[in-house]
Amino acid sequence: MNFPAELKYSKSHEWVKMDGEIAVIGISDFAQDALGDVVFINLPAEGDAVTAGVSFGDVESVKAVSDVISPVSGTICAVNEALADAPETLNSDPYGAWIIKVEGIGGTEELLDAAAYEAHCAEEG
Amino acid sequence: MERKTPLYQTHVDAGGKIVEFGGFLMPVQYPTGVLAEHMAVRQKAGLFDVSHMGELRLKGPDAAANVQKLITADISAMQDGDIKYAMFCSDAGGIIDDFIVYRCAADDYWLVVNAGNRDKDAAWVESHLFGDVDYRDEGDDWGQVALQGPRSGDILKKLCAEQYIPAKYYTFIDNVPLDLGSRTIHALVSQTGYTGEYGFEIYCRAEDTVDLWHALLAAGEGFGLIPCGLGARDTLRLEASMPLYGHEMNEEITPKMAGLPCKLTGKDFIGRDALVALGAPKLKRIGMKVVGRGIVREHCDLYTMEGGKLGWTSSGTFAPFIGCGVAMGYIPAEQIEIGRHLNADVRGRMVELEIVPMPFYKLDK
Repeated sequence: MNFPAELKYSKSHEWVKMDGEIAVIGISDFAQDALGDVVFINLPAEGDAVTAGVSFGDVESVKAVSDVISPVSGTICAVNEALADAPETLNSDPYGAWIIKVEGIGGTEELLDAAAYEAHCAEEG
Repeated sequence: MERKTPLYQTHVDAGGKIVEFGGFLMPVQYPTGVLAEHMAVRQKAGLFDVSHMGELRLKGPDAAANVQKLITADISAMQDGDIKYAMFCSDAGGIIDDFIVYRCAADDYWLVVNAGNRDKDAAWVESHLFGDVDYRDEGDDWGQVALQGPRSGDILKKLCAEQYIPAKYYTFIDNVPLDLGSRTIHALVSQTGYTGEYGFEIYCRAEDTVDLWHALLAAGEGFGLIPCGLGARDTLRLEASMPLYGHEMNEEITPKMAGLPCKLTGKDFIGRDALVALGAPKLKRIGMKVVGRGIVREHCDLYTMEGGKLGWTSSGTFAPFIGCGVAMGYIPAEQIEIGRHLNADVRGRMVELEIVPMPFYKLDK
């Protein structure tokens, strides 16, 4: 399991990378492993508002569906539309396959550093 | 407390993800994942632990008469080595369980039932027995593995002579000597399965299951055989639109509603009078494909495109081989029209479906 040190993580298994004023958001290696083979992603639209702690889309594997919770509040300034055609990228490259970029950040959930998140995942098994 | 099959530790050691199913701790998938396991069965071969299934035996002078009374199918034309699909129905005509029945001898029948219904079935059968019949729940005595996929015959041939491989679908050969390398065991081999694919189910003594599993995996190495979990078993049966108890069937659903074979003329069985009185079913099972992207799973409400409520989905998934979302469900019989479009409420979002013929996937024979 991979937990890149330069990222922050939510307890609901999304990662956040701050790129200047913009938050780049995806799902963690632990999340993709727990889901199994991802076959569908329901993406939001550019310009949509997101709220910290609230779902902005969902990811479906063969066996399960999981909400993707926004770790931050703000406005979506980019959506990774390529995931619609290749949702399996979330499995093969979870930290490369960003889902949305958010600007105008107004607040965040409690975010963990890599070590704390790894401990949190170990607890969940 | 969940039960374990003889292969539990083998699954854990191989990295199987364990879940509870039908009262048993079973692997839902191996590290290969559901998609790879599904495709292996369609294109090469997959091996499943299905030891959780229940086995009930009725033996004795009145065994055949008891079976005739208990089950929907007519067994009078069966020969030794034949298998039939059948159901138990309640007095009201609802489905108590579905299963396959093996004729071992004219006075010896063997019913392989769903794990989750095993205790309910055993009690129900026992409460209806009459005459001179010896009845036994043999569930704990047997291990069972399913070897499924186009290469499964080639793999089985490495363990036994060709004469022991049942050549016809829904037939079996008992007491087959299987050469496991280290030793020879005896097993019942049947050409059956729950994947819509060519393949076999092999029943052995519980204590032989682990050795049989490893011998089959070794024999299958050159054929692309991989172990598969219940996740792939579910996507495979759904892609072949095979019904699953607790989803397409329950005690509120009759065989006619589910579109399952159930002759009401000829012999009598428990529930027949109720089924005759009920007549043509109001609701019937349908198959649907998702139009465009998305997955519709069980327990979604179905609507007309104008927004009128029609029914519900009983199962649904992404079907890996045909490459789209598929679902089954129930709507009023008079509303069923192949090609008609419906909407399913998937967590507040409408996903469009088209009613299509079943099965979604059919093996070219």
